[in-house]
Amino acid sequence: MTDALLEVRGLRTVFETRAGRVCAVDGVDVEVRRGECLGIVGESGSGKSVTFASVMGLVRAPGRVEGGTVLFDGRDLRALTPAGMRAVRGRDIAMTMQDALTALNPALTVGEQIAEVLEAHDETLPARGAARRAAIRKTSVDMLGLVGIPSAETRLKQYPHEFSGGMRQRIMIAIALACRPKLLIADEPTTALDVTIQAQVLELISDIRARLGMSVALITHDLGVVAEHCDRVMVMYAGQVVEEGPTAEVIGAPRHPYTQGLLASIPRPGLRGQPIHPIEGQVPDLIDLPPQCRFYSRCAQRRDACLAPVDMRAAGPLRRARCILIGEDEA
Amino acid sequence: MTMTADTPAASESIFRRNLSNFAANRLAMACGLIVVLFAVMAVFAPWIAPHDPNETDLFRRLQPPAWIAGGEWSFVLGCDALGRDILSRIIYGARISIFIGLAVILVATTVGILAGLAAGYLRGWVDVVISRLVDILLGFPYLIFAIGLMAMMGPGLWNIILALAYKEWVIPARVVRGETLVTRELEYVEAARALGASRTHIMLREILPNVLSPVIVVATIRMAHVIILEASLSFLGLGVQPPTASWGSMVSDGRAFILEAWWVSTFPGLAILLLVLAINVASQGLRDAFDPRFSE
Amino acid sequence: MSLSKLLERIAQLLPVLLGVSVIVFVMMALTPGDPVQIMIGDQSITPEQEAELRRGLGLDRPMIERFFIFLGNAVQFDFGESFYHRRPVADVIAERLPATIELSLVALIVALVTAIPLGVLAAIRKNSIFDRIATVGSLLGVSLPGFWFGILLLMLFAVHLHILPVSGRIGFDSEVRMVTGFLLIDTLLAGNLRAFGDALAHLILPAITLGLPMTAILMRVTRTSMLEVLRQDYVTFADAKGLSRRRVLFRHALKNALIPTVSVAAIETGSLLGGNMIVETVFGWPGLGRLVVESIFLRNYPLVQAAVLFYAVTYVLLNFVADLLYTVLNPRVKL
Repeated sequence: MTDALLEVRGLRTVFETRAGRVCAVDGVDVEVRRGECLGIVGESGSGKSVTFASVMGLVRAPGRVEGGTVLFDGRDLRALTPAGMRAVRGRDIAMTMQDALTALNPALTVGEQIAEVLEAHDETLPARGAARRAAIRKTSVDMLGLVGIPSAETRLKQYPHEFSGGMRQRIMIAIALACRPKLLIADEPTTALDVTIQAQVLELISDIRARLGMSVALITHDLGVVAEHCDRVMVMYAGQVVEEGPTAEVIGAPRHPYTQGLLASIPRPGLRGQPIHPIEGQVPDLIDLPPQCRFYSRCAQRRDACLAPVDMRAAGPLRRARCILIGEDEA
Repeated sequence: MTMTADTPAASESIFRRNLSNFAANRLAMACGLIVVLFAVMAVFAPWIAPHDPNETDLFRRLQPPAWIAGGEWSFVLGCDALGRDILSRIIYGARISIFIGLAVILVATTVGILAGLAAGYLRGWVDVVISRLVDILLGFPYLIFAIGLMAMMGPGLWNIILALAYKEWVIPARVVRGETLVTRELEYVEAARALGASRTHIMLREILPNVLSPVIVVATIRMAHVIILEASLSFLGLGVQPPTASWGSMVSDGRAFILEAWWVSTFPGLAILLLVLAINVASQGLRDAFDPRFSE
Repeated sequence: MSLSKLLERIAQLLPVLLGVSVIVFVMMALTPGDPVQIMIGDQSITPEQEAELRRGLGLDRPMIERFFIFLGNAVQFDFGESFYHRRPVADVIAERLPATIELSLVALIVALVTAIPLGVLAAIRKNSIFDRIATVGSLLGVSLPGFWFGILLLMLFAVHLHILPVSGRIGFDSEVRMVTGFLLIDTLLAGNLRAFGDALAHLILPAITLGLPMTAILMRVTRTSMLEVLRQDYVTFADAKGLSRRRVLFRHALKNALIPTVSVAAIETGSLLGGNMIVETVFGWPGLGRLVVESIFLRNYPLVQAAVLFYAVTYVLLNFVADLLYTVLNPRVKL
């Protein structure tokens, strides 16, 4: 058995729109190892969220997963029936969404929203009756305690709008973790939050990961978050992976011009007054892309060779990047 | 809110683009054509109708439509209990339905625009008075309000128009007031105010053109409702009086003969359905083209 | 919702109710034709007797005073004498009311139980054949003139197929003692199942006719709001939790999607009141709607006045209920 928990190969997800076919995820490979935290970085529209929605089988019409394999714990998820996939979601793979305010159902109490995951997946519960209800209640209280919500007993009866933003985010995490999943997909867990609460939520995720021994796929557009919390990082651009490797190596010495650009655009607190360098230009339209390097139009180092398709190349023992410059560097 | 950034000049071109959007919707266009055909039928009724709608012929009492034994092709849809030609009466009935529909909508929209502009732009006590009146009128179920008024004023063409318009103006008024509240804060209106334009000028020249699109859309949708309401009043015997042909009263006339002469009620009702359906579909197309906020 | 907010809302109702009463009063006060003359009819009467009658009706006082007398009486459900029935108007109305309420409630139920499933199904299968048929159906539903549709149903089911009765609430051969005035309940109370079936058979066509436009509207509302809700993050999140499809659709989506449906249903129940006049006339239903239409032709104005006021007040209250329901059902809206 390899130490890969999730292994995605050649994933391709398309959206049929009125303007044409949008290939939101185009031949993406992902590997999440047991116990690790993988960061997925990219601008909005880079396909990072759609990639993981595809993994979970949550792509909605007009979108469709067109190709690729998704192996989770040795099982081919794409071969599962809808019912089989539902048994995986929430139990083996869980997800949190960007904004807990919209992700929690406004018309249901927090208690019910935790209880229903347990109802759906937890086989250790007593079969029925008061014992079952009591067990569900106890686990719910434990989960809220785990994510640091005080007086959980009474708060179970409340509705999402009665909590603060940070609290809601914690509740969503509690729901996701209720069945002790092997993999947590955390989709931009901090964008909707204040800076101080951001740090708390990330600490909470890291902490629980260590305690439960689960893997985390942390989707973000914030390289700072990645630097602090992720073992490895994967950079996506226009539906493709453009660079991946151990976090320290990628951030210390980015090989793809896009990653370099991303790093250059971060305002550094220590260097106040220095000009920041946002990457010029725009993400290409994903409809009818020419078969060239997708970063071509924005790349400062572009050359004619970039007009041919560019594949991922090894850029070190544990690293790969999608740029023709990599071979030339070594030469 | 896509409209907020538009100046009147820009709204002109948007209007044209909207029109071409509408033209692209074939079903809506087809239904628009049906409405036009009904209108043509109404206007040219004396030349189109094969017979005098009020000419009775006791030998043709309850004569069936042409394709049924006993029918004849010169009275295609058969005759009513007084031997009057149903097709001719339907053609003349279109005059009543369309005239009343148009008149009510025209009066109500004009009044509604003025009231809505005044309430939304002048605010203050004008707004309070108009808004209260609107609330009160909304407190009546439509048909009951109209029936009450008809009971008081007695039947007749102009009374129907009045009875319906008394309540109908509330709907455009609310739309215009809402739009005006938004539009009055826009920069170009501020600019006009700063240049010393009069309030009348600002309301009619600066604000009105910008709120017109939703008003037109609402007016077409309401037209269908008004036609059904008029037909309902006529059906109850509170509409235009006999022998004038109106679709609602024709359906009512046929009620006594549903055992032996189904056609007397069926065809005029079909005419109402066809016209109202066509207006509804066309106005939906209009709404989708003009006011994307309402479309699904 | 706090009590003070509720009281505040109720206080906002008062000016509307007052305005409605003014309009109803003015409507009837301006009616041409002297009520005294109508009362007298063909009877011969001395001028003194006529003046006495006039004073008795309060017609000799100024308008404003007459309005406040009218209002004061109305609050006590005193609407004067029905010329035609020679009984108090309130009694005549109360007698006819159960039939109208029964019909309206059954129509409401018919509309709700057909519109909600159809709307949900149309939303789940968006752009399918079923969705298209449902869309065309709802357009037809709002475009059909109710009086004509009712007659078509009569011709088909009563006249041609002979499977349903033509008019009335119950057959002459079914004897039922009135207790509540609702025949469906009274027949059951009497343990007379045959009469219950008969009453139900009489209800079917009028209820369908009355409920049709409401069904069409509610279906559209349900479809639209269900589509809106299905796009929400919380539905995706519910899916991500691995819940059954049924739970996601009904517990998570429908519970939210029904909020607008319920409040539109409450408002539309108000428009059933208007539809009643038509449907009761078509099906010979002995309710308030037909009574009003008949009274207009009999120039029985006190009854018309009371009925219009009754309808308007009910309508205002229903809208108020719709408003309340919306806030109660929606835990996000805090008052």
